[in-house]
Amino acid sequence: MLKVDKLKVCYGNIDALKDISFEVKKGEIISLIGANGAGKSTTLRAISGLLRPKSGDIFFENKSIKALPPHEIVRLGLLQSPEGRGIFANLTVLENLEMGAYTRKDSKELIKKDMEHVFALFPRVKERLKQVAGTLSGGEQQMLAMSRALMGKPKLLLLDEPSLGLAPQIVETIFNIIKKINSEGVTILLVEQNAAQALKISHRAYVIETGNVVMTGLGSELLVSPKVREAYLGG
Amino acid sequence: MDFLFNEYILSMIVYCGVNIILAVSLNLVNGFTGQFSIGHAGFMAIGAYLSAYLGMNFHTPFILNTILGGLASAAAGYAVGLPSLRLKGDYLAIVTLGFGEIIRVVLLNIDAVGGARGMYGIPKDGGFFWTYGWAVATIFIISQLMRSTHGRAFLAVREDEIAAEAMGINTTKYKVRAFVISSFFAGIAGALFAHYLCYLNPSSFGFMKSIDVVVMVVLGGMGSITGSVIAACIITLLPEALRPLQEITKIDFRMVIYSLTLIILMLTRPKGLFGNLELSDLWKKYVKRHS
Repeated sequence: MLKVDKLKVCYGNIDALKDISFEVKKGEIISLIGANGAGKSTTLRAISGLLRPKSGDIFFENKSIKALPPHEIVRLGLLQSPEGRGIFANLTVLENLEMGAYTRKDSKELIKKDMEHVFALFPRVKERLKQVAGTLSGGEQQMLAMSRALMGKPKLLLLDEPSLGLAPQIVETIFNIIKKINSEGVTILLVEQNAAQALKISHRAYVIETGNVVMTGLGSELLVSPKVREAYLGG
Repeated sequence: MDFLFNEYILSMIVYCGVNIILAVSLNLVNGFTGQFSIGHAGFMAIGAYLSAYLGMNFHTPFILNTILGGLASAAAGYAVGLPSLRLKGDYLAIVTLGFGEIIRVVLLNIDAVGGARGMYGIPKDGGFFWTYGWAVATIFIISQLMRSTHGRAFLAVREDEIAAEAMGINTTKYKVRAFVISSFFAGIAGALFAHYLCYLNPSSFGFMKSIDVVVMVVLGGMGSITGSVIAACIITLLPEALRPLQEITKIDFRMVIYSLTLIILMLTRPKGLFGNLELSDLWKKYVKRHS
């Protein structure tokens, strides 16, 4: 579904990504794990078109999307829930969700039906519908960011650090919901520092270090790999 | 209306209307879309001069002149906006500031419109009904726009540009769109001003005029149409209301009091008079509290 081929991205003179290649197949949950500054978020931003790669290519459903602007990539069904959540803080929760459906030309009834579906996944979001989004708690904001992305009917959902800054209990909930979204047919590319949690729910994972893919394997394999355990799971 | 008020009061009311159009339209860019433009007087000048020129030399009907003036400003808005709205924050402010000055200097040097002498004998067409007709139209169109999906997109650009892009909004397109609509109404305001005053001079469209409009938007509250309307009236009328004071004391305290009023207002209400609320929101709150 998504194929990243020898991707290289620079910030000025600094190479953030040197040579990243990986593949996401339909129906999978794929994780990119790695330390701070390894290039995980940069990879996602390059896929969404928010950054322009220097070389290499990105294919979505066998079509190169390297040169497309972000809003056209969204139209293809590739949505990102950005790091730090990026909710529209001064709009209400409902307005945020409506923005998620911005690219869709579907009827209002259909969008409303999808909204009900999102509420089934995130009952907390429904409780807060009229509230200004900036006043939500961190966990609720993360739920809102994910709900908003789902309103765009993604085929592939990119999640950037969904557990960042959340209480452990909420992290658990968020990961369960990610699994549930995936079981409903949405392919997921997950970027996480919380490697243990991410590997538990992932089909496959790639370990990124200083702009290169250094290791890959099944989620369950990496979870017990001594090298990964030592570097990312705290021994 | 002439039989109700004397000429002076009527002129103040008309200038209020012109400033309402300017403030509400600039609010679309500075308030709702979160960009920072300080060149509104430049767009106003284009509408004013074109409309006046057409009226004087071709005797075309007033409504046509007004709309052509607005369209010319919108075209200028597009030309300035397309390259510069890729810039952010301070840089955009500098470009718009430069644009406003360029327009003023160009007008100063075109002899056909009188250059520094100004333009005399513009047919008197504008007035209370024209001005307030357009003011109502501006408020109506912009408030309806903000209620639509497009309106949400403007707000999304203001709130978080990256998230807006991630939602599939073409942010540059929306910024340009806001800029063009805003310039159109600035041009209309200019035309109304030109045909009411019947005299134009490039110095009326200097940097201070642009700043005045920004002050109206900030004072009223970024993103509140109600706020812009009320602030436009305050900024227009306050210096005039203080005029008798000057006659009594023989010292011109007007600007001192005017500035102090602004400082106090901004200290006590840092988000502007209305924040981002509208009259309708306040009414809802009032009803809720008393029911």
